[in-house]
Amino acid sequence: MKRRTFFRASTALAAMTLAGAAFAADPIVVGAVAPKTGPLAGGAAVTHWPNIQLWVSEVNARGGLNVGGEQRMLEVIEYDDQTNPAETIKAVTRLAQQDNADIILSPYSTGLSLAAAPIFDRLGIPQITSSAATDQIDELAGQFPNLFFLLGRSAEIAGGAVEAMAKMRDAGEIGNRVALVNVADAFGIELVSAGKPALEAAGFEIVYETSYPLGTQDLSPIMKAAKDAEPDAFVAFSYPGDTFGLTEQAMIEGLDVGVFYTGVGTAFPSFAGRFGAAAEGIMGIGGVNASSETFLDYAARLEAETGSQPDYWASGQMYASLQILEAAIEATGTLDMAEVTQYIKDNSFETVMGTITFDDQNSSTGYWTAGQWQDGVFKGVASFGGLDGVVEPFVKAGWE
Amino acid sequence: MRRKDWQTLGFAALLLLVAALLPLTGDGYLISLGVSIAMYTVLATSWALFSGPTHYISLATAAFFGVGSYVTGSWIEIIPYWALLPIAAVAGGVLAALVGLATLRLSGVYFVIFSLGLAEMIRQVVTWYQNQTGHKGTYVLTDMTDSGIYWQLLGLAGLVYLAGWAIGRSRLGFALRIIGEDEDVARHVGINTALSKVALFVVSGAVAAVVGAIIAPRYVYIEPAIAFAPMLSFQVVIMALLGGTGRLWGPLVGVVPFTLLWEVISASFPNQTTLLLGLSFLVIVYLLPGGFVGLYDRLRARRALRGVPA
Repeated sequence: MKRRTFFRASTALAAMTLAGAAFAADPIVVGAVAPKTGPLAGGAAVTHWPNIQLWVSEVNARGGLNVGGEQRMLEVIEYDDQTNPAETIKAVTRLAQQDNADIILSPYSTGLSLAAAPIFDRLGIPQITSSAATDQIDELAGQFPNLFFLLGRSAEIAGGAVEAMAKMRDAGEIGNRVALVNVADAFGIELVSAGKPALEAAGFEIVYETSYPLGTQDLSPIMKAAKDAEPDAFVAFSYPGDTFGLTEQAMIEGLDVGVFYTGVGTAFPSFAGRFGAAAEGIMGIGGVNASSETFLDYAARLEAETGSQPDYWASGQMYASLQILEAAIEATGTLDMAEVTQYIKDNSFETVMGTITFDDQNSSTGYWTAGQWQDGVFKGVASFGGLDGVVEPFVKAGWE
Repeated sequence: MRRKDWQTLGFAALLLLVAALLPLTGDGYLISLGVSIAMYTVLATSWALFSGPTHYISLATAAFFGVGSYVTGSWIEIIPYWALLPIAAVAGGVLAALVGLATLRLSGVYFVIFSLGLAEMIRQVVTWYQNQTGHKGTYVLTDMTDSGIYWQLLGLAGLVYLAGWAIGRSRLGFALRIIGEDEDVARHVGINTALSKVALFVVSGAVAAVVGAIIAPRYVYIEPAIAFAPMLSFQVVIMALLGGTGRLWGPLVGVVPFTLLWEVISASFPNQTTLLLGLSFLVIVYLLPGGFVGLYDRLRARRALRGVPA
């Protein structure tokens, strides 16, 4: 492996120049697999890769991880899985067997993470997913006891939006009429099939409902039809491309609703960048505790190190997953992954997303489900497990 | 059968047997490479069974593969796994028959475009169905290991080679070669060209569907974008052409170096995979227009010309 030799050589060189004649302990090899090309490359470039870069540079700047009293530097090997599960599987196996990685980080997205789960399971390595949302945690936990979930269940995520809306409706701030649309693709379908019954159970009236295929360019007919139904709230379980598209169409049509909710992508910094003041009051998936000093500090560090701002949903969870690994390794003083896994199951962790504990199915006991752009920050308005820092959602006032 | 045929068969069986020993190394990395090679060998060989003699370039592999994946994904909870493989074969075969009857009258680029669109169309149908029924993700949770998948693919490869060998010496194979040379002539000498083409297309579709059904447990989570990824169709065509479609073993000698090259590129240059893949493809097309089979035949012809016994 050419790259690895190069890394080794450069690490060794750096160690020699820095530490003079002192011998450095062997570095810890950290393996990372995620898309650099393919459909999910854009998302991984915001949410996944910058966090690894930040973590490694910070840990190494402190002199490395303390493993059983020995300071060991981190050395990363990165592979592109081209958004293809077969490549993910191959790359994770390659990391384990060819590169002898000490730690392997979970891949990116639900599909790619789960494709790798059997290998992590066989190798006995803890797999802390920070970008996988599923409703099958029970079954998955039974099959893969090393698999951890930070992002939570999709039913709870859809439920968070309904909860925030019901709060506003009960306060008399918005009416009962909802326009509901979704992207007809895996996660969009999963969310709407949980969200629709939740809306009905909460007593909302669905006055318009439709779906559109992934990659639909012209969303104006949907927005026109939604507007004609005169809803009080517009809810879209959408993907990044259409999240931006629908918001743009809503501005063009001047859709007059008290709640405008869109799906994946709403929490991206580029969303606020694109829509500016019009983003104010828009709700979406995700959220953070915006008053948390730890999170703000992390956001600033990430931007300083990588030039990339975190999104207000999975970015922080990704960094938290690295902090959990780090804490578990330092506390157990070993790279024995069985011990590390057990430690993760048994303890709670202080992270940039607050305190994280896992339940008996290895799912995080607290996570953000819905947020809202307020004063240029995407703040959490609903959470699962009663997180600190939930703010009150307010009615969206126009598009100016 | 002649003595030479028995020798060929025996040699092939021996090779297959040697290949089947790979999982005994216990090296997960080798096995995962083996799965890739076995998968592409089956797909490229069955693709060449149809596209080799007829010269119809089919980009429908992903469509059949996806259908097979969804057969496993949808019914793994209700139907025993072993029964799913024949069901996938039937599903892929029926789909290929329907598509074949409708489109194999098209020729040249029209067929290529249609076959490319097929995967996308089925993907949209699956998505539409899931959306209508409020589907919640397709999970395939089994205790299948990579070794198990590898052996199944090898077994399938054996079947494909046997079928290809039998077809090659049957009237059907002869008819297909004539169709490939000149379809009008074939029709005039009384060959039912439509039926012959559909028959082979069905074989190739059924095999690709079974591959999808076998691979599904490996992916754990099946979604339309992954099951019907158009990239797969192109990879299969590239590998088959690199090997050459003139002989049954052609695709195999394309798949092995291509998979290894791909592996070296992904491992050593993870930031430039697509770029380097494109470059190597250009080099292959430029230096090896007839694939490795073409190169082999050319070398043999040259030696024959020099009077050296081949």
